[in-house]
Amino acid sequence: MDLSLSPSEREFRDEVRTWLEENHPGPEPEGGLEEVMAFRREWQGRMHEAGWAGISWPKEYGGRGATLIEQAIFVGEAARQEAPSPANVLGLAMGGPVVIAHGTDEQKQRYLEPILTAEEIWCQGFSEPESGSDLASLKTKAVKDGDEWVVTGQKVWTTFAQYAKWCMLVARTDPDAPKHKGLTYFLMDMEQEGVEAKPLVQITGEGEFNEVFIEEARIPDANVVGGVGNGWSVAITTLMNERAGLAFGAIAQIANGLKRLGELATETRVNGGTAAEDPVIRDRLAQLQIEAETMRLNAYRGLTKTMQSGIPGPEGSLGKWQWADINQRMAELALDIEGAYAPLDRGAEHAIANGAWQYTFLRSRANSIEGGTTDILKNIIAERVLGLPRLR
Amino acid sequence: MYFDLTDEQQAIKSTARDFLAARYKSERIRELAESESGFEQSDWEEMAELGWPGLALPEEWGGQGLGIVDLAVLFEEMGYALAPSPLLSTTVAGLALALCGSDDQRRRFLRPLAAGKKRGALALWDAGSAARPGEFTMEAKPDGDGVVLDGEKVLAMDAASADFFIVATADSKRHLVEREAAGVTVTAEPSIDLTRRLYSVRLAGVKVPAGDTLLADGPDFHPVLLRACVAIAAESTGIAQRTMEMAVEYAKDRRQFGRPIGAYQAVSHRCAQMLLETENSRSAVYGAAWAADAEPESLPLAASMAKAYASDAGWRVPDASIQVHGGIGFTWEHDLHFFLKRGKANASTFGDARWHRERVADLVLAEAQAPVPA
Repeated sequence: MDLSLSPSEREFRDEVRTWLEENHPGPEPEGGLEEVMAFRREWQGRMHEAGWAGISWPKEYGGRGATLIEQAIFVGEAARQEAPSPANVLGLAMGGPVVIAHGTDEQKQRYLEPILTAEEIWCQGFSEPESGSDLASLKTKAVKDGDEWVVTGQKVWTTFAQYAKWCMLVARTDPDAPKHKGLTYFLMDMEQEGVEAKPLVQITGEGEFNEVFIEEARIPDANVVGGVGNGWSVAITTLMNERAGLAFGAIAQIANGLKRLGELATETRVNGGTAAEDPVIRDRLAQLQIEAETMRLNAYRGLTKTMQSGIPGPEGSLGKWQWADINQRMAELALDIEGAYAPLDRGAEHAIANGAWQYTFLRSRANSIEGGTTDILKNIIAERVLGLPRLR
Repeated sequence: MYFDLTDEQQAIKSTARDFLAARYKSERIRELAESESGFEQSDWEEMAELGWPGLALPEEWGGQGLGIVDLAVLFEEMGYALAPSPLLSTTVAGLALALCGSDDQRRRFLRPLAAGKKRGALALWDAGSAARPGEFTMEAKPDGDGVVLDGEKVLAMDAASADFFIVATADSKRHLVEREAAGVTVTAEPSIDLTRRLYSVRLAGVKVPAGDTLLADGPDFHPVLLRACVAIAAESTGIAQRTMEMAVEYAKDRRQFGRPIGAYQAVSHRCAQMLLETENSRSAVYGAAWAADAEPESLPLAASMAKAYASDAGWRVPDASIQVHGGIGFTWEHDLHFFLKRGKANASTFGDARWHRERVADLVLAEAQAPVPA
């Protein structure tokens, strides 16, 4: 057992740290998503030039071929320094790895480079209005027409669809097969007639994600990934990749949040003293610190296990559940510390911390829903880790 | 970075699992629960042969010279088996001597302790006090070269079967007092935990010669408490692991409304929660154990985190397991109550969850203005 970084890991961390310190573009611009996306594209370009985009990808595909621990270090350090997200986060974390794992040589040639440069943004077309947690029941259908497929249906919660060139689309190609078997994974060009993205306004007032209406859109047969009828297993790879990469960024982000929460408690007066002196606040703050530490240590244990076995296990679901829970409770505690000032939002003269916690409180409501609801994660843990029987 | 047990630690774990499973079957635990001493001397002798009393004590004094991670591995198994044994109290007494004793004291007490020939117990907390770590009221009255002690200590684990006590006084000193010394009376105090005995120790004019007072002072004993916290938190983790397994097995077998109850999300999600708490507990414990061995400056925070978390998980998980079992889980006949009781008793020993969270708050709020550590 050794929970410290080895000399070579420490050297890698220092390299990452220095590069980020020297190249950090500062905070994201205030204002609309358009400005933010432009900013993130530029940032990703800079990352790519230095070889940090696609850090987990093999070198032959333009990545860095970093080990799992190096990926963890990079993601953790980037979050610690609050570096912006790259523009093409879904392409880097999911699209690229899927093309690398399941794509043809032509597909690798065509798609990988523009993902790394953020020239082409990717989005994910999985969920549908009638198919959320029960993804395999999705109805969007694709019908073969010569060497093309004709697709009709609707997708929802599609993050950054309004900026995307390519959609990782899962559609039903065989309506007669059992529900997991009749699906195919496509790369759909978003820039065509028959595809329309309409932003959905969230409870924060922003529109990160979209509804996507698909009406007889066309996809060449060459854009099938992993073979017709294999969509489910290809999609699962995507989701595994999504979960594996997130943990260490989330951990550093929580550490930053807890530090700010400590500062907020120290600076906010309640009951004739500071919130940091209030025994109830102290107890809640300590509990969050403890749980954040157990999450960090669980992730390291999981990483050791993954390095030994080669594949991330279903235990990753614990981390996602815990992350959502801690994030939400941090923001709840922050608003409780702010007390009567809790309603004051960004832009209010007397808002505490410029209303940052108000935004976090609202945005974090999604944490237990996005990327697998906490309820579904508990099912996965019960069935796949504990071996309890399935209800279905 | 490598967060897993080594092959040697795996070997300690499987030896302990097999040994304890063979000895502490349900009927045996029940027999011992009703016996006076609460444990079996012949079991102790076998544990001594395995080197357990001296596992984390220096080789120089007859110990095995292993680390706190190894100790945590052993105590997780002690909890898993719900072993009724004075091993915890003796281990902590041994750590106190190893970290804070003089060579003469180590020769007289630590060497026989490491060999399993003597047992030690802690007599720290004063009757009528809040019994919190570091808060002691008994006075050490000067008496020639030494001191004389008067008063009553409570919550002394395994005191009746110990050969000597480590007694705390208000001047934040610790004294070695033999159980057979004149003026010592040990009285059993019934505990909800039937697998570990608690006693009060009355000291009436007990003379302590100068050579029997430990040299260390106040904060010097802190590292002993922190290691004791890791060991008992490991035990609570074992309790959580075992009772979670019991719940999962039951939820697979027990059928209602035509299905195993584990197929219902009200039950399966409760089991998932048990897994979360057990794994968190384990991570916190091994993180702290590693800190004790390799990064002592981070031990105070890590040990309080582990003890706080495992204090809660160590009784909440058995409690949830009782709920999964329904009525049968509430019966004396089922073993779950023994686990719940040990978990609840552990929770309040060596500082409860609330006390340790206060320590965590102290340590992290002091850093609130400091830069984020790497």
